Amino acid sequence: MNVYLDHNATTHARACAREAALKAIDLSGNASSVHDAGRRAKAVLDRARAQVANLADVGSREVVFTSGGTEANNLALKAFGAMPLLVSAIEHPSVLNVRKDATIIPVGPDGCLNLDALEQLLTGNEVPMLVSVMAANNETGVIQPIEDVVSLARKHGAMVHSDAVQAAGKIGSAWQQADLVTLSGHKLGGIQGAGALIVRKHISLKAVMGGGGQELGMRPGTEALPAIAAFGAAANEAVNDDLAGVASWRDALEHEMLAAAPDAVVLGRESERLANTLCIAHPRIDAETMVMSFDLAGVAVSAGSACSSGKMAASHVAVAMGHDGLARNAVRLSLGWSTTQEDCLRAAAVWKDIVTGFEERHRAA
Amino acid sequence: MNSLGINKAPADTRVVVAMSGGVDSSVVAALLKEQGYETIGITLQLYDHGQAVGRPGTCCAGADIQDARQVCTSLDMPHYVLDYESRFREAVMDDFADSYLAGETPIPCVRCNQKVKFADLLQTARDLGADALATGHYVRRTDADGGAQLLRGAEEGRDQSYFLFATTPDQLDLLRFPLGAMTKNEVRDHARRFDLVVSDKPDSQDICFVPNGRYADVVAKLRPGAIEPGEIVDLEGKVLARHDGVINFTVGQRRGIGIAAAEPLFVVRLEPETHRVVVGPREALMKTTLTMREVNWLGADAMPAEGVACEVKLRSAQPPHAAHVHPLDDGRAVVELVAPAEAVAPGQACVMYVGDRVLGGGWIERSVQETNRSAA
Repeated sequence: MNVYLDHNATTHARACAREAALKAIDLSGNASSVHDAGRRAKAVLDRARAQVANLADVGSREVVFTSGGTEANNLALKAFGAMPLLVSAIEHPSVLNVRKDATIIPVGPDGCLNLDALEQLLTGNEVPMLVSVMAANNETGVIQPIEDVVSLARKHGAMVHSDAVQAAGKIGSAWQQADLVTLSGHKLGGIQGAGALIVRKHISLKAVMGGGGQELGMRPGTEALPAIAAFGAAANEAVNDDLAGVASWRDALEHEMLAAAPDAVVLGRESERLANTLCIAHPRIDAETMVMSFDLAGVAVSAGSACSSGKMAASHVAVAMGHDGLARNAVRLSLGWSTTQEDCLRAAAVWKDIVTGFEERHRAA
Repeated sequence: MNSLGINKAPADTRVVVAMSGGVDSSVVAALLKEQGYETIGITLQLYDHGQAVGRPGTCCAGADIQDARQVCTSLDMPHYVLDYESRFREAVMDDFADSYLAGETPIPCVRCNQKVKFADLLQTARDLGADALATGHYVRRTDADGGAQLLRGAEEGRDQSYFLFATTPDQLDLLRFPLGAMTKNEVRDHARRFDLVVSDKPDSQDICFVPNGRYADVVAKLRPGAIEPGEIVDLEGKVLARHDGVINFTVGQRRGIGIAAAEPLFVVRLEPETHRVVVGPREALMKTTLTMREVNWLGADAMPAEGVACEVKLRSAQPPHAAHVHPLDDGRAVVELVAPAEAVAPGQACVMYVGDRVLGGGWIERSVQETNRSAA
């Protein structure tokens, strides 16, 4: 049996999500149509919208469905023209690579946003600004001080966008205070193809694409009903997830891995982290070799943000934290709702094999 | 012994296949998979494809990487892409540019084999616990007393041993070349038999990071401002014309000199220190002695102090010359040719053979005479 520990990339579809998607496929109506089939599709859309709104603790009319997290991030960052933009150094590429004129807010060695730096960047600026800080980092799991970001931004009249694709369903409630929030269906146990931008009602946002009036005019195009229905169902279930098991298995896994390789470094270990995420760097084994070795042993883990070519890049998150020397060595193990304790034990055993095998071969050489 | 000469059942033998996305390495993967080996495909991302073809912003990976991935998927074997861009840039592209600027005619493919594929990739294969690293080169390898030997590929016009002269005994130990005894036609037949998506793909001709053959543009981009115009002179030093940079010339070149003369003029040597291109009649190209550096020895023990009688190839596509090679200090050797050879170009390889066996080789140096003249 293969072990899947890359839930931050995408997690298994929940049974309820699968069922909702299949039902939506069978409906075959367009939610914008006036006839019965259209109304049925619209009802599925409305239901999903309410479920996602509940996850984000907002009103239904504040949910704008998109094709996923990347599109939601793009919409949030591009909808305000040339408004000055501050983004954290550890954002996902779909935030970092959207606007070349963005100013980078540094993070500390602990992986947390440097609030002093943010305040300095905000101070003395007469024009309204947009600040984008993720709720929790996808690579390290480090939870960002969104509450402080929001209050600093309010003090200086700035808006806050928070990419909460990793945090939603795992932690509340600070990210829910942001003016704009990005969510993704497949990170929660939906299926790939649907995400949402939460646009709080005091914000007016201009569509980036031209087209019909769907999603309150903010995102034209026929909604991906099956993916959205799955997103809603997954959101509905995720709010009730009990992460106690995941947290204890992650901690045990971390403990075992460090025991097998005492000089390995867990990134963000001293910070508050998502219960499911573990980012670890072995000082002598590069991430490419580590990910391949895990894969060949039947365990799926990842490194950095993979390029579509499959090439593994150095972790910009590790670099931002000042761990330049580990940026090519950091691998991520991320647990999900379907992870079992056995999965974690197996991953720990494989890590131990890889590390001891490597050290033996290099001792012999 | 299994077909790779390893004392294990194929199913217990882990083989990394270096896959370029071309027909040859794809057939290697298919054949080994068919024989039951645990095969792993690895493709190296060596340079930014979008940059190389002048379309920055396109995906960094060329179609070759996608081809290799598709082949592996169809063979149901894992495939990985490794980022070797910075290594390739340092070990191959920079060297390529500097070599041209130094008046040499480099062979980047040898550097790539030597410093990237058979160095870092080979180490990665070892780190993955692989028993062998297989490539699609047309060379043969045989295990003999005293270690593995490198032999020419069986098909005359396909032999790639010239490009592998720098392979060390330690590297040869792990390497396997399953196509060495085959002809290209046989390989294409296999590709069709396996129904590989690349079975009709043409062979690559260019240097991979110089897709349109305009190597001078690549050098200009890598070393901005380093290309300087200069004079074209005859053997007596008389100025005949001007040129845009020594990198546009190679020793032995006849075309493109742009000077009308009673008898054909050839590039006899390049003097980068003074930016001079020296031209002369065909006779001036003939040489009986040369030296080479960074000599890799693949014969038994070390190269005999009294020298070795062998054949040497001085260009990949030219027939070999009978020669006597004597070792010098610091990894160099002097090569005495039995009969004069034409157009010996610094930067090219001098590869030693006895029969089919590759004894090693080195990089042809600018002669002492040439260097002195330039310095004078």
